[in-house]
Amino acid sequence: MALQSLDIKARSATTTPPPDVRARGAVPVAKLIDISKCIGCKACQVACMEWNDLRDEVGTNAGTYDNPRDLTAQSWTVMRFSEVEVEQDRLEWLIRKDGCMHCADPGCLKACPAPGAIVQYANGIVDFHEEHCIGCGYCITGCPFNIPRISQKDSKAYKCTLCSDRVAIGLEPACIKTCPTGALVFGTKDDMVLHAEGRIADLKERGYSHAALYDPKGVGGTHVMYVLQHGDKPELYANLPRDPSISPLVSLWKGVTKPLMSFGLGLAVFAGFFHYVTAGPKEVEEEEKTD
Amino acid sequence: MSKPVQRYTARERSNHWIVAIAFVLAGLSGLALFHPAFFFLTNLFGGGPWTRILHPFIGVVLFLFFMAMAARFWRFNHFTAADRQWMARIGDVIRNRDRGLPEIGKYNAGQKYLFWTMVVSIPLLLLSGIVVWQPWFAPYFPIWLLRIAVVVHALAAWIMILGIIVHVYAAIWVKGSVRAMTRGTVSEAWAKHHHRAWYRQMTGK
Ligand code: HEM
Ligand code: SF4
Repeated sequence: MALQSLDIKARSATTTPPPDVRARGAVPVAKLIDISKCIGCKACQVACMEWNDLRDEVGTNAGTYDNPRDLTAQSWTVMRFSEVEVEQDRLEWLIRKDGCMHCADPGCLKACPAPGAIVQYANGIVDFHEEHCIGCGYCITGCPFNIPRISQKDSKAYKCTLCSDRVAIGLEPACIKTCPTGALVFGTKDDMVLHAEGRIADLKERGYSHAALYDPKGVGGTHVMYVLQHGDKPELYANLPRDPSISPLVSLWKGVTKPLMSFGLGLAVFAGFFHYVTAGPKEVEEEEKTD
Repeated sequence: MSKPVQRYTARERSNHWIVAIAFVLAGLSGLALFHPAFFFLTNLFGGGPWTRILHPFIGVVLFLFFMAMAARFWRFNHFTAADRQWMARIGDVIRNRDRGLPEIGKYNAGQKYLFWTMVVSIPLLLLSGIVVWQPWFAPYFPIWLLRIAVVVHALAAWIMILGIIVHVYAAIWVKGSVRAMTRGTVSEAWAKHHHRAWYRQMTGK
């Protein structure tokens, strides 16, 4: 959704500067998800549905607590439950709230061919503007976290907006507001890093010696971060990628290659024209008479 | 005035022009998404979503008709010793110094290269295009495959478009060629000069 009150840092498929004269003052924000405090109540899922007016189809039970089973165009956040034996005879239930990570270097935005369908605000929120979306699905190709989903109903891409509409007017995202345990907190990114440090120190004291903040540098850091009890093994948390980055294939596809290729096409046309006006056409004597 | 030589039948010409029209439409609608500099091309197709919707269907039409055309022209496109000699003198051909070029059949080496490039590229475009085709087919493929497919598709499309630019230019450059595809015939002089082996075959001279 377009919010003029949030300044734009990057805009998909746009080669000129985005409108950001006012951006200097914007403070980067972040959501911190403390997995050690999450009880899997899914209040945040409900709050997300409610605020964003989303109603997914009622699915079927697949033998786990994951419900719905995956992110969809109608479910922008999903709790992923992993039962893992961290050490022998020590079962842990790790519950990760999945959804858009709001990467500082967003692969979705890089891949998108539609001008302005994906924007990154100066505060770090990556937002899809569905009215500009053409439904090609390139964002899916670009995202290192497998987040965006194309709606089967309108063929537009959807994902968590970090409640950009709420944040724009100084409210916290709906999921944050509703979380009963304080596992979800929201604020400036600096504050959230600080808050996480306190949590990590606490976890370490309680025996989680590898507790760590998940703010992966491969995507420039994220505006949704996790506190992981087992920071050395992010894979335990429903395959959270250890070192996510935009795939080299996507960089190859969207990097300097395309301007160069486009230039090549133009060059070919020019070469033809100049060949014609220098070397000239290839004519056969009799041709002039018959033509 | 000597008798014109028949080069393409009405069916062959129709087939060629369906492929040509489909190619231009597929190329323009694809380029629209290729780079922001070309996004304005979506206006030709009724906007971004319509461009995205139409492109793959145009591509499938192109594929079907191209395959029919390729089947017709397949046997004329095998490389021969004369083609290799001709290719060795490509510099002279470009500079219009045609004296002493070897006698070649219905197609010269350049035309044959284009033919085989298309024979490889168009099925690649179809396969990679199906993999990324939203909303119907793409959800069935893993994301790593989508990533490979978009690169293959963009690369194959680029090679094809370059090839077609050369193809179109060659038709403009070599006078008397266009009528082969518009009216079906070429002048005797044209046939003799550019494709003498084919001319001999056609006329018995
Ligand atoms: C043979 C059947 C083809 C199929 C099924 C197909 C399908 C697709 C699909 C699904 C896309 C993604 C955008 C969209 O959903 O519309 C695409 C993009 C594209 N296609 Fe095709 N296509 C085909 C043939 C062609 C041909 C013949 C050309 C070139 C002459 C071409 C050039 C392109 C280009 C340049 C893009 C944009 C690629 C990019 O963004 O990097 N396609 N195609
Ligand atoms: S997690 Fe995916 S959808 Fe979200 S900002 Fe990063 S690349 Fe884009």
